[in-house]
Amino acid sequence: MATFVFLYFAAVIVTAASLVVLLRNPIYSALSLLVMFFHVAGLYVTLHAEFLAAIQIIVYAGAILVLYLFVVMLLNVKREERYNQQGTVAVFLGVVLLTEAVLLAVSRGFAVATPDPGPEGAAKAVGNTESIGEVLYSTYLFPFEIASLILLVAMIGAVILSKKGIMG
Amino acid sequence: MSVPVEYYMVLSGLVFVIGLVGVLVRKNLIIILLSIELMLNATNINFVAFSSHFGNLAGQVFVFFALTVAAAEVAVGLAIIIALYRHHASINVDDFRLLKW
Repeated sequence: MATFVFLYFAAVIVTAASLVVLLRNPIYSALSLLVMFFHVAGLYVTLHAEFLAAIQIIVYAGAILVLYLFVVMLLNVKREERYNQQGTVAVFLGVVLLTEAVLLAVSRGFAVATPDPGPEGAAKAVGNTESIGEVLYSTYLFPFEIASLILLVAMIGAVILSKKGIMG
Repeated sequence: MSVPVEYYMVLSGLVFVIGLVGVLVRKNLIIILLSIELMLNATNINFVAFSSHFGNLAGQVFVFFALTVAAAEVAVGLAIIIALYRHHASINVDDFRLLKW
């Protein structure tokens, strides 16, 4: 049952991601990215990361994607012409990378270390959001402050860049 | 019974490669930014899958930070796109070849 649910989410995620790249109209691309975000959130729920699923929907689907759609509508972009023409280089690099990946998978064996049973039980008992909050505000307090600084810099940068007269 | 973590790795790799192809192949700057979002989401899937696999919450905290960086990237990237469009009336990457004002 869990595998079936995963396969459904995976199929929709891969299809929507391909549509993002393949569709010509940027609005359709953004909308299929919305579908993908929702299914990634569903995948997070099956992985017992409920807080991240909520954040995924609120921040990604609610804020970031609306920003994208806003800019697409604002710029009124025409339908796009062609893709880049880089066939030979693409085939060469793709073959090299694929060979490397297959060689690694064959030589090392396609397996992941088994988990050591430990803090999982404690994390499950309290609840996802609470335990994330405790980790975030104790162990990762300094990176958390840095993240706020990044957001501040991005805000100032966005205001300065989109102001009239900065780029002629 | 749960899904093996290898499945999540394959899914994440697929989505990452799709995003990479989008960055390399498309000419519309907005689609290129959307493809970067695809790649960030692929890494996030991996983080959450391993966080659940090892029973360690650090992965989910890192997804939180990746989300912060993604938001910052979108804000600055879209501001740059608007500034470029105001300057050149185009967001086709072929039109931006000069590395000066």
